[in-house]
Amino acid sequence: MNAPLLSAKGIAKSFGGVQALSDVSIAIQPGDIYGLIGPNGAGKTTFFNLLTSLYRPDAGSFEFEGRALDTNAPHEAAGRGIARTFQNIRLFANMSALENVMVGRHVRTRAGVLGAVLRDRRTLAEERAIHERAFELLEFVGLAARRDEPSRNLPYGDQRRLEIARALATEPKLLALDEPAAGMNATETGDLKKLLEIIRAKGVTLLLIEHDVKLVMGLCDRVAVLDYGCKIAEGPPAEVQRNPAVIEAYLGGALA
Amino acid sequence: MSAAFDRKPLVWAGVTLVAFALAVLPIALAAAFGQTWVRVVNLALLYVMLALGLNIVVGFAGLLDLGYIAFYAVGAYLYALLASPHFGVHLPFWVTLPLGFLVAAFFGVLLGAPTLKLRGDYLAIVTLGFGEIIRIFLNNLDAPVNITNGPQGINLVDPLKLGGFSFATRETILGVDFSGPQKYYYALLALTLAIIVLNVRLQDSRIGRAWEAIREDEIAARAMGINTRNIKLLAFAMGASFGGLAGGLFASIQGFISPESFNVLESIMVVSMVVLGGMGNIAGVILGAVLLTGLPEVIRFTVVPAQQALFGEVIVDPEAIRMLLFGLALILVMLMRPAGLWPATVRKREFAR
Repeated sequence: MNAPLLSAKGIAKSFGGVQALSDVSIAIQPGDIYGLIGPNGAGKTTFFNLLTSLYRPDAGSFEFEGRALDTNAPHEAAGRGIARTFQNIRLFANMSALENVMVGRHVRTRAGVLGAVLRDRRTLAEERAIHERAFELLEFVGLAARRDEPSRNLPYGDQRRLEIARALATEPKLLALDEPAAGMNATETGDLKKLLEIIRAKGVTLLLIEHDVKLVMGLCDRVAVLDYGCKIAEGPPAEVQRNPAVIEAYLGGALA
Repeated sequence: MSAAFDRKPLVWAGVTLVAFALAVLPIALAAAFGQTWVRVVNLALLYVMLALGLNIVVGFAGLLDLGYIAFYAVGAYLYALLASPHFGVHLPFWVTLPLGFLVAAFFGVLLGAPTLKLRGDYLAIVTLGFGEIIRIFLNNLDAPVNITNGPQGINLVDPLKLGGFSFATRETILGVDFSGPQKYYYALLALTLAIIVLNVRLQDSRIGRAWEAIREDEIAARAMGINTRNIKLLAFAMGASFGGLAGGLFASIQGFISPESFNVLESIMVVSMVVLGGMGNIAGVILGAVLLTGLPEVIRFTVVPAQQALFGEVIVDPEAIRMLLFGLALILVMLMRPAGLWPATVRKREFAR
């Protein structure tokens, strides 16, 4: 096996008396689509929030490309190449679709106050490049026609895709998607699956929280299952599907 | 494309017209209504600078600052202390004004740093307190060592001077008679225009987008790799620096400053200008500042003669009802145009539910 792109070691987090995650370790190989599944409240989103430094873990650490992630600087994850979307879509609601994606370019661009005020040649060139790249990404997810629409006016499925475009604008090596197919119908989910496969083919590793079992099984190379904050299984989807502990977690003890 | 070509001469005609109007404004005003109105226009320009500075913090970055006048005070006192007989120091304005700009920016960071995690009401309360702390300090820093001269304030502050050219004295240039306020008008106008350009360029930049993103959703902004701490401090610093610059100019024009000029009401006034004009929209904020400085003066100069003409005596003192009318105007605007008189596009979207 190669060196993993991301490895989480012994991650633990509690909120008051609730142990949201305990001793979770996973390793994601570059180029994989890695699924993180589990019943509601299993700690999946908490894991994302720890990975992107919105929270700090009580114990454990993340290593990205062989170097530790500084969990103290929330903006650093994006700089290192980890982008994410949110379960409850967090777009910049009153900004246009294009502006949303342009914000995503922030971390890969440099212009400061002086550049903004002087509008020197370099800043203008950079601004033009931001604009072009953002538009390309809108085209890529199929939203080019709605570039000037405030993002909150977009239909639900478009908002999800816009969030993906915004995350891609940061040039991530690892794209973490929190329930991207939630609320989508079968056609939209099918389109999403194609989109994610294209993104993977472009060399981006994907980490996916998802409830749509069909999507997870059809898309993921590896899957980890969380239940009550603990990792209860990990492996290729087909294998995990047959794991008794997983069946019990999903369907309850009586049936197992 | 053709439409853009057709409009170009019209735009230039408009710009020329506005430029001409701004250039002759003080001369026309003085001839028609007297020097008092030139002073009112100067005051309006100072408030435009203040409102534009606050607009960066409130309008762009979405951080409600109710103690903004503190930076105005910092700039004004810095100028006064370094250019008056109080310490016997008389530094030229090209030292004191930029220094006021920088020191106010530093105070902006000083206020911003401890409040980074606060938003909305909580931030408003802390900034309100900060504004009062500065004023009370200025009021009490006359003992044990007399620094600010306490409530008596600082008198005989130097006017703007460039070599032998003073902005405070009456003088005939090229056959036209210019009063002190008229000369100041041009200096203020130049600086205001500079600040407007700065604001427009900042808003339409990588930094401006980052401010907007923080205002819309701070967590998402952070996930996009925006260093929210630095970008917020930058907003505080930039906003404060314009306040500091305006403060220095205020001290030089008035020739006298005291802590009284920097009370909470002044902070509220500037916030009102930003909100009433249209948070986040530079043109709207300018409109708000001009209206809120100009209207009270218009009322003052029309209500008394109107009453005398109608009733033969003054029944209601305009000073007494000024705040009442002001409050009424604010309520009406908030009811009918909740995003402000001339709102920014994003704000219009926000209120269009």
